[in-house]
Amino acid sequence: MIPAAFEYARPTTVDEALQAIADGGEDVKILAGGQSLIPVMRLRLAAPETVVDLSRIEELRGVRDDGDALVIGAMTTHHDVLTDPLIAQHAPLIAAATETVADRQVRARGTFGGALAHADPAGDLPAVALALDAEFVIAGPGGRRTVPAADFFVDYLTTALEEGELLVEIRVPKLAGQWGMHYEKFNRVAQAWSIVAVAAVVRRDDGHIAEARIGLTNMGPTPLRARAAESALAGAEASAEAIAAAARSAAEGTSPSSDLNAQADYREHLAQVLTRRAVTAAAGL
Amino acid sequence: MSQINVRVDGVAYTDDVEPRTLLVHYLREQLGKVGTVIGCDTSNCGACTVHLDGAAVKSCTVLAVQADGGEVTTIEGLAQDGALHPMQKAFHEMHGLQCGFCTPGMIMASVDLLRENPNPSETEIREGIEGNLCRCTGYQNIVRAVQQAAGEMAGSASAREEVR
Repeated sequence: MIPAAFEYARPTTVDEALQAIADGGEDVKILAGGQSLIPVMRLRLAAPETVVDLSRIEELRGVRDDGDALVIGAMTTHHDVLTDPLIAQHAPLIAAATETVADRQVRARGTFGGALAHADPAGDLPAVALALDAEFVIAGPGGRRTVPAADFFVDYLTTALEEGELLVEIRVPKLAGQWGMHYEKFNRVAQAWSIVAVAAVVRRDDGHIAEARIGLTNMGPTPLRARAAESALAGAEASAEAIAAAARSAAEGTSPSSDLNAQADYREHLAQVLTRRAVTAAAGL
Repeated sequence: MSQINVRVDGVAYTDDVEPRTLLVHYLREQLGKVGTVIGCDTSNCGACTVHLDGAAVKSCTVLAVQADGGEVTTIEGLAQDGALHPMQKAFHEMHGLQCGFCTPGMIMASVDLLRENPNPSETEIREGIEGNLCRCTGYQNIVRAVQQAAGEMAGSASAREEVR
């Protein structure tokens, strides 16, 4: 299978990339790591007029410390996320989820920003970004704007990115206090997509759970927060019983799909079980 | 057409390719490097794995133009001066294959794994090659082959240290 013919642009700066997107005609696709886009183009599910390849834009790579936040360049590969000391120190949840993405060949090419902009509901990183209250810095012809994770994921494979815009970096706020994090993923075989997964970020305080943030993967057309379970956990005793009780509300407000891998009601069951496991691990129990 | 300059298995090439040409098609059809095979064509099986600038990639999921200025190593470039790479030798000796179709990709992925983790546990080997599917062996002898190669490569590394 070979993609349909396209024009190819390989800018070396963000400004050149924005120009290439503007000049690219009606149907422009942005190539980050290509590990989702190239398969889709091979299947001719996408046949863009122009492909703008970001792989030579050095300013989009790498992780930096910006005081109260980590800033992750959109073109930082999954491999580089896994080996980054700042992420290991401040946001180990990102590394834990990234480790489960596909396989090492795909992680060598695939990028953090590409996975978020693709916004596949079965992808692992959107729910993690949501649980960490990340912010998305978007460059466009009129300058830059910042969108919170809660507003970034709009619908199935659809984000707040407008035509002509480019995701340039992701800001992950550093967490103050005693936080634990865990990513619990359920799939059937190695390298497969999540059937359901749960990202949990928990702050413990004196035997209690002070705050819990729970991101759900593949429980609807976008990643979701398990708000009911978060509310039930706030102030709860850090015990197996209290966590199990709160986790029973993890599927409230979700709308999972039914497909070959699982029926919707089974996904709701998984969300509860995986939330219990993820919160228990994140709480250090 | 776009012109690319790329080193493949130590030889420099300058070629015109269509932007839509996949790296695996460039390697097989323009360079005749048919040791790299196409298995699934859906980025799953890993049979087409090569090294691009030192890292294992699935060459069906990289455009040839993206290799411009880069260095590619295929299974055909692994042996040095007619001597099999320790990983090739280990797959042979441990019988890490039956039909052999997955073998080029398995070997390239395994070499990449040992580059980052020279002494992997059995679990780390199994997870490290999760991007490569074998439908014959049940993976048992593949894992043994990677273990043997790791031992041999560690031995030759320490031998080199002693010579220094």
